[in-house]
Amino acid sequence: MTAPGDRDPGLQPERTRLAWRRTTLTWVVVAVLAVRGVLDAGRLGRPGALALGAGAVALIGFLAVAHRRIAAMSAPRPVVLTPAGAVAAAVCTLALAAFAVTVVT
Amino acid sequence: MRSVSDLVRSLRLWFSPGRVRDEGETPDYRFSLANERTFLAWIRTALALIGGGFAVDQFLPDLRWGVRAGLALALIGTGAVCAVRAVDHWVRCERAMRRGEDLPGSRFPALLAVMVAVVSVVMVVIVALGDA
Repeated sequence: MTAPGDRDPGLQPERTRLAWRRTTLTWVVVAVLAVRGVLDAGRLGRPGALALGAGAVALIGFLAVAHRRIAAMSAPRPVVLTPAGAVAAAVCTLALAAFAVTVVT
Repeated sequence: MRSVSDLVRSLRLWFSPGRVRDEGETPDYRFSLANERTFLAWIRTALALIGGGFAVDQFLPDLRWGVRAGLALALIGTGAVCAVRAVDHWVRCERAMRRGEDLPGSRFPALLAVMVAVVSVVMVVIVALGDA
C-alpha cells in the first residue's frame, strides 16, 4: 500500500486512464459505424466477412493495449508508455483505416 | 522539412523500446503521462476522421459513387496519416524531454486544419447543390 500523499495532486494517472477510456469508446463507435457500413449495403459476402474479422482483431488489439495501460495507471507512479505500446495502438488504428477503405470502395 | 536521416532515426526509435530510454535522463513521469494523453488525443482525431469517412459513405447515398468514395477516402487517408504522425510526434516529444531539449514544433496541425476545411467546404457545396 502507498500513502495517499504519494499520489499526484494533479491526478495525472487518473486523467491518463480516462484518456484511454474515451479513446476505446471512440474506437467502438467507429467500429459500430464500420459494421453498419458492411451490413447496410448488403456487402457481407466472403470479403465482407474477412474484413469484419480483420476489424475485430484490430479492435481487440487496441483494447488489449488500452487494458494494460489502464491497469498500469493504478500505480501511484505509472510506468511510461513504451514505443511498442504506442506503435501497437497506432497499427490497430491503421488496420481500421485499411478496413474502412475496403468498406467505402 | 526534416531530413531523411532524421526520419530513419525516428523510425528506428519506434521499434526499439530500449533506445528511447537510453537517451538522456528520465523526465518527471507526469510529463510522460501528458505526452501519452496528447498521443491519445491524436489517435482519437484519427478515429474521428476515419469515422467521418464511414459517415460520408453511409449518410450521403445520393452522391455519385466517385465523389462519395473520393471524399470518404480523403477523410480515411487523413486519419491514417494522423495515426502514423501520432506515434512519430510522441517519440520525438519523449526524446526531447529526456534530452532536456525544446519540444518539437510541427506544421502538421495547420496542414490538418486546411485539409479538414477543404473537405468541409467541398461537402457543403456538394450537399447544397444536391445533385453531384
